Amino acid sequence: MSGYLLAALALAALVMTFVGSARARATQNGASEKTHSRPIYHGLNAAIWTGVPAFIFLLLWLVGQNSVINQLVIASFPGSESLDATARSLIMSEVRQVAAGNIFKEPTPEIQAAVVHLKSLQQISTAAMVAVVAATMAVGAFFGYRVIDNRYRARHSVERSVTYFMMFSSFVAIVTTLGIIASLVFEAFQFFTKVPVTEFLFGLRWEPQIAIRADQVAGQGAFGVIPVLFGTFVISLISMIVAVPTGILSAIYLTEYADKRFRAVIKPLLEILAGVPTVVYGFFAVLTVAPAVRNLGLSLGIESSPNSALAAGAVMGVMIIPFISSLSDDALAAVPRAMREGSFALGATKGETIRKVLLPAALPGIVGGVLLALSRAVGETMIVVMAAGLIAKMTVNPFDAVTTVTVQIVTLLIGDSEFDNPKTLAAFALGLILFIVTLILNLIALRTVRKYREKY
Amino acid sequence: MNIMSEAAVEKALDKKMSTVNFKMVGKDVSVYYGEKRALFDVNLNVRKNTVTALIGPSGCGKSTFLRTLNRMNDTIEGCRVVGKITLDTDDIYDPTVDVVELRARVGMVFQKPNPFPKSIYENIAYGPRIHGLARHKADMDEIVENSLQKAGLWNEVKDRLQEPGTGLSGGQQQRLCIARAVAVSPEVILMDEPCSALDPIATAKVEELIHELRSNFTIVIVTHSMQQAARVSQRTAMFHLGNLVEENETDKMFTNPDDQRTQDYIMGRFG
Repeated sequence: MSGYLLAALALAALVMTFVGSARARATQNGASEKTHSRPIYHGLNAAIWTGVPAFIFLLLWLVGQNSVINQLVIASFPGSESLDATARSLIMSEVRQVAAGNIFKEPTPEIQAAVVHLKSLQQISTAAMVAVVAATMAVGAFFGYRVIDNRYRARHSVERSVTYFMMFSSFVAIVTTLGIIASLVFEAFQFFTKVPVTEFLFGLRWEPQIAIRADQVAGQGAFGVIPVLFGTFVISLISMIVAVPTGILSAIYLTEYADKRFRAVIKPLLEILAGVPTVVYGFFAVLTVAPAVRNLGLSLGIESSPNSALAAGAVMGVMIIPFISSLSDDALAAVPRAMREGSFALGATKGETIRKVLLPAALPGIVGGVLLALSRAVGETMIVVMAAGLIAKMTVNPFDAVTTVTVQIVTLLIGDSEFDNPKTLAAFALGLILFIVTLILNLIALRTVRKYREKY
Repeated sequence: MNIMSEAAVEKALDKKMSTVNFKMVGKDVSVYYGEKRALFDVNLNVRKNTVTALIGPSGCGKSTFLRTLNRMNDTIEGCRVVGKITLDTDDIYDPTVDVVELRARVGMVFQKPNPFPKSIYENIAYGPRIHGLARHKADMDEIVENSLQKAGLWNEVKDRLQEPGTGLSGGQQQRLCIARAVAVSPEVILMDEPCSALDPIATAKVEELIHELRSNFTIVIVTHSMQQAARVSQRTAMFHLGNLVEENETDKMFTNPDDQRTQDYIMGRFG
């Protein structure tokens, strides 16, 4: 029903656009004084008056109606006054299931009565919603039409509405982020009531496989985040060692040396790397790179495990090459031609110009790109889930297996889990740590870029 | 007697011509940008320790000609230069010529001041450093001071050599760029409308500087301002539609030009 209403609203707004402009044109034709806004603005203003208030009503109704109906149903349910909140919501969900036709067992007469009540309430609500929305729409349309006048500043009104809409859009992003942070912080707080913050932040052992049922046999458990962070650090470091030189050098080659046709072919190819699904990179890492790395390690006489930090890190490095190269590419291309010419005119070679003028001038952009790529690497999940290990080890041997924050989050949340168990809650604490680390990296990246932006 | 004396006069003139000291000689120079021809067989000589002004309406090829003199056109894709240009006696388009060496001998100052995003000191030291002109820090300090002195900028910046060159005013930036060009001790300095982005006071300073630089350097300057050409140059060349219209002493060009087009341009009838 709400879908039809929405379509009707859109249609009415469209119609009012034309009606409004037509009326504005008609009033302007006979007018002696200069008109303020062009007819289309009058039309758009009328459309906004018609559509927007009714739309807001519709949204509020849809959001609010369920909880109101629930309360009404539960209030009339026999004996509900003596039940607690959990029992009430259990009853309510059973009523709704039955009403939707999902019957698992024969419902009791009380439930059946409640279902009938629910359905009648829903019908009333829908009818009322249609009536209210239609009325709002009609009033809005009438007002939007009435207000059309030569001196009415329709353009200002439309522009203000557009501004509000943009404000609302940016709000959505902010509110979503705040919501994510709030949920992370809330769950992490639950975790810290069970495991002390200091133990989590400074503990050197990470063994989260504790029993979640009394009859399970499992370890005592330890929730020290250091080894996990260390693993993330090792893998990110390896990936940066692979990606930074490759990315920057390829950017230099593409902007300064490659001829146009070659660049036109290579640049899109390089950007395809960014579009490869990370699962595919994971396959590549675990099936192709990891065995090769292991063989290499064994032939060098180094202790090697099947899942090595080197394999995961190297493949992750390949994944982030396009970030670094395309951001460095932009930064180099943004250095004014005058810089190059100034350097050439002094008798500098191409190499000297690149090393001493272009790279320093493009440095902020390049650093920004590298830091963005780094926060990508720190948060990357799929490749490490497939190719890195599960056991948190503090080792700098790149042929050995390490685990990362993201891998631990995934393993903690998979399988049997209860949401009041430290094992599960630890995932949120890890998520919070990861969020903070990438946030700091992003802040540094933004600051670096901003600080040096206007240098030339 | 009469005939004899005429012959003698001609001989004397010839002798004078041959002793005129040409620093750069352009012979039948043509430039193509891809299919488009921008210069048509230009024959123009640049005299030593003289300021030569290149004038003409926009798009007439004066900047293009200027940029052939230190092969800056090489950096433009699809640009082709035909003809012969010599610096002293060396053909600068000879395949064996190292363009890096050439540009150390023929420096250039651009239309818009383009200091590097480095300190004032490093801006000047850049050229000498890549050419290995200073062995010790003391030598480099001396080069930097000398260059800034020659560009008349020393007193203004001596206390803030480590501050970024981009923090100077437009006129100071342009004099910094001139100092930067002077620092590698070139023989010729090319200037492509060096004052077009400057206010009148900064322009006056740069013009004064050009006067002083003449005793040590050969200068070729492209300018849109007739008054500037008249003020700073001893010889003037007029370009139109990719052709060299005429070249003569500046005084003669501005009082009694040979070509009608020069007359019209100077009077402001076109361009």
